[in-house]
Amino acid sequence: MLNVTIDGQLLQVKEGTTILEACELVGAEIPTLCHLKHLAPEGSCRMCVVEVKGARDLKVSCATVCDEGMEVVTMNEKIHAWRRFIIEMLLADHHIDCFSCSDTGQCKLYQYALDYGIKEPRFQVEPRDWEKDETNRFFDYDPHKCILCRRCVRTCNDRQVNHTLNLTGRGIDTKVGMPFDELFIDSNCVSCGNCVSVCPTGALATKSSKDYRSWEVTKTRTTCSYCAVGCQMDLVVKKGKVVGVEPADGHSNKGLLCVKGKFAYKFIGHPDRLTTPLVRKDGVLQPVSWDEALDVVADNLQRIKAESGPDAIAGFSSSRTTNEDNYAFMKMMRGAIGTNSVDNCARV
Amino acid sequence: MIRTLEDLRQFQRQQEEHMRKQAADTKAKVLVGMGTCGIAAGAQEVYDAICDELKKLNIDDVVVAQTGCIGFCAQEPLAEVILPGNEKVLYGHIDAEKAREIVNQHIVGGKAVSRWAVNGGGMLPEGEQDEATIVPYDEVPFFKTQVRIALRNCGIINPESLGEYVVRDGYLSLAKVLTEMTPADVVEEIKKSGLRGRGGGGFSTGMKWEFAHKQPPGQKYIVCNADEGDPGAFMDRSILEGDPHSVVEGMAIGAYAIGANKGYVYCRAEYPIAVRRLNMAIAQAKEMGLLGKNIFGSGFDFDLEVRLGAGAFVCGEETALLASIEGQRGEPRLRPPYPAVSGLWGKPTIINNVETFANVAPIIHRGADWFGSIGSENSKGTKVFALAGEINNIGLAEIPMGTTLREVIYEIGGGVPDGKHFKGAQTGGPSGGCIPAEFLDTPIDYDNLAKLGTIMGSGGLIIMAEDTCMVDLARFFLDFTQEESCGKCPPCRVGTTVMLDMLNRIVEGKGQDGDLEKLEELGQNIKAASLCGLGQTAPNPVLSTMRYFREEYEEHVHDKKCRSGVCTALFQYYIVPEKCKRCGICAKVCPVQCISGDRQTPYVIDQDRCIKCGACMEACPFDSIIKR
Repeated sequence: MLNVTIDGQLLQVKEGTTILEACELVGAEIPTLCHLKHLAPEGSCRMCVVEVKGARDLKVSCATVCDEGMEVVTMNEKIHAWRRFIIEMLLADHHIDCFSCSDTGQCKLYQYALDYGIKEPRFQVEPRDWEKDETNRFFDYDPHKCILCRRCVRTCNDRQVNHTLNLTGRGIDTKVGMPFDELFIDSNCVSCGNCVSVCPTGALATKSSKDYRSWEVTKTRTTCSYCAVGCQMDLVVKKGKVVGVEPADGHSNKGLLCVKGKFAYKFIGHPDRLTTPLVRKDGVLQPVSWDEALDVVADNLQRIKAESGPDAIAGFSSSRTTNEDNYAFMKMMRGAIGTNSVDNCARV
Repeated sequence: MIRTLEDLRQFQRQQEEHMRKQAADTKAKVLVGMGTCGIAAGAQEVYDAICDELKKLNIDDVVVAQTGCIGFCAQEPLAEVILPGNEKVLYGHIDAEKAREIVNQHIVGGKAVSRWAVNGGGMLPEGEQDEATIVPYDEVPFFKTQVRIALRNCGIINPESLGEYVVRDGYLSLAKVLTEMTPADVVEEIKKSGLRGRGGGGFSTGMKWEFAHKQPPGQKYIVCNADEGDPGAFMDRSILEGDPHSVVEGMAIGAYAIGANKGYVYCRAEYPIAVRRLNMAIAQAKEMGLLGKNIFGSGFDFDLEVRLGAGAFVCGEETALLASIEGQRGEPRLRPPYPAVSGLWGKPTIINNVETFANVAPIIHRGADWFGSIGSENSKGTKVFALAGEINNIGLAEIPMGTTLREVIYEIGGGVPDGKHFKGAQTGGPSGGCIPAEFLDTPIDYDNLAKLGTIMGSGGLIIMAEDTCMVDLARFFLDFTQEESCGKCPPCRVGTTVMLDMLNRIVEGKGQDGDLEKLEELGQNIKAASLCGLGQTAPNPVLSTMRYFREEYEEHVHDKKCRSGVCTALFQYYIVPEKCKRCGICAKVCPVQCISGDRQTPYVIDQDRCIKCGACMEACPFDSIIKR
């Protein structure tokens, strides 16, 4: 363990702990843009600087590991001026569209501009001739709102490992894009939406996010019902209706989701969705209670088993069930019914 | 195959014998400087003309050979004629016709054409001139004070001949380290020599090697940074083109010192001749066993490969260079970890530039003490400078550290052309800064340049005369760094663009109150907050010109004036009526016909239509047209 001091507060941290992690332990707030848990630190946004006693320059806290006896100051005039400069630079090259931007209310750039007292940008860079890419079914990309924190690129390459996004151009013409300036629709993008989830501004935004603002919604933590991985996610709910899904940092998904978990939530409120069991009576499906429906199933299973033996029955469960449910189902098929013919479709 | 030191010595003797025999059997030797520079100036035509003329005259006892850059660019194409027993004669500015005459008069007739000779008496300082004589090279002001270590073979040997390199003690240093020294000894020797990185940073080479040397054994790499990118700098290209084996040998010695068995030369693709000669040198060294397995029977293996850069300036930054070799986008990454600990593919890696490696073999051969005796207290050895801009003797000059700027500019460089006054010198390229005339007597070394707010850099030395606009100059350099920013961090990506926009406005006469303060503020912030060395130095040309020439900035912003008459929006061409002789030449040459007048009335420029090309001013025989 190492002894470090953060803003006068002494604490012990494990070797390899970054200054940023140590600051989190004592609740010292450090603004970050490019930093993201589960991604290797790259220190490119230059926001998270702190002062380390004895060091010549300010240090990037996300990528600097603690040393024994290190004394860290997380805010002073120099740090404030530095961070303010970074925000000013980002704002100088940002399409300021906060009134209609879907990220308003949760945009990190907006928040930090407020925190560091920037009321209006002093500088403005000529916008480049870039077009929005709205070809993906689920999300849009507006390069003029991108601050090049590269979280999306790193997530796509290092975590999703789909290698769709990268950087094109250089200098002020640097842009998140795809090889040969492809559009999303023509690329190998699988629409997992993890790039959208990690975007700190409105550059990558779901199409549905246009319809709500962060203060209008509540979030409910749940487990994704599409397969047995058990991804944790938050359902974003506005006025009783699910309007979006955000990944949560669960044990099995660590902040990622797939296209189904992220975008295929509309079935929840879909008019075609069955909301009650149906039993065919006189050739017509009719709504019944769960008790009645389960009785029909149990009676028929018992009848078939009595007439033709247990091997006349096979069980097949959906991949949308949990491991525990599948286990129980298997037990029921083998133990209660007595057949080994049981399977699950989760092998794609 | 060379397997032992004795093999090498025997090869050296054979080659010496061969050269002696060749000299004895031939009447003369002609060397044509055929670096990129020479070839661009027409050296190939000169070479062909010499061969053709000799053939016509049925002369077959003259050797015509190519060599690398001789260094005296202002005189390109250059050819050297050596008649046994006579002073070497270096001809400058020759063309095919002159070449034929030189063959006839000098080689056949035995009489040097001294008026074309760079070392002819006519080149001496005033008062000592004597057109008819030929003087030794070391009396020619351009060569007189130079001390050539890195350039020791450039312009002397045929760069495509391993034999000629070995005759000048090539690979003896490698043999020495492999047969007599431990890797720790080599590190110690380089440390003791005081050699500092010649690529810009000026970090102790020996200390750098020591870091990698001390890493646990395993895969390590050695990399040569040949991605020379500063505008106006061409030291590394000349070494690669003129003496590629010196780099190969230096790298092999470094590899042995740190325990690497694999090296890469990262060379920009815009240097095709350098790449070709380097590949040739590597192939020759491999064929002779000087690269490959078990070199000199020492058990040391070393293999070398060339990797081409695609022209990004930022790839000269060491971590971006490594990313590029790995096939990634050429972008710097945070340090630490430094490459010496975690470099190429995460393995300990040493990166030095071409000139640094070219200094290694001589240090081993002649000893750290010898090297340490040259130069100033904290900057040992020599530095190659590429003299460019407003200077008579454009070229490469290798000078001992501690030489004053005045000596470099006025003695070696021959001063500023057309009797103009020296205004400043830009060192360190776009990452450096300018030195104004008042510091001409400062001895050039790492520390002194840092004190003046600039850097040694890789050795570009751009001379500015009185008619250079310092605001426009700073704008030019910033335009370069802005264009070459990789885009990774906001201070450099956006900051340089904001500064450039501001400077563009200022030179267009649209500067506003507060612009200068903003420029300074931005510059300081970009320096402090950028991720890599490129961003941290990008504002230097602006900050250093503001430091020394602030009044010019003030004039541009407040008075909308450019005293140097460079920023076209800030001056007008004006015909002084009292001086106008009404000849009408100006009106004739004006490409947009905006000058009117006749025999009776003085000519007048219609300012609204004038495109400020300056053709009228150049054409006026009476100097009646001024900029104001």
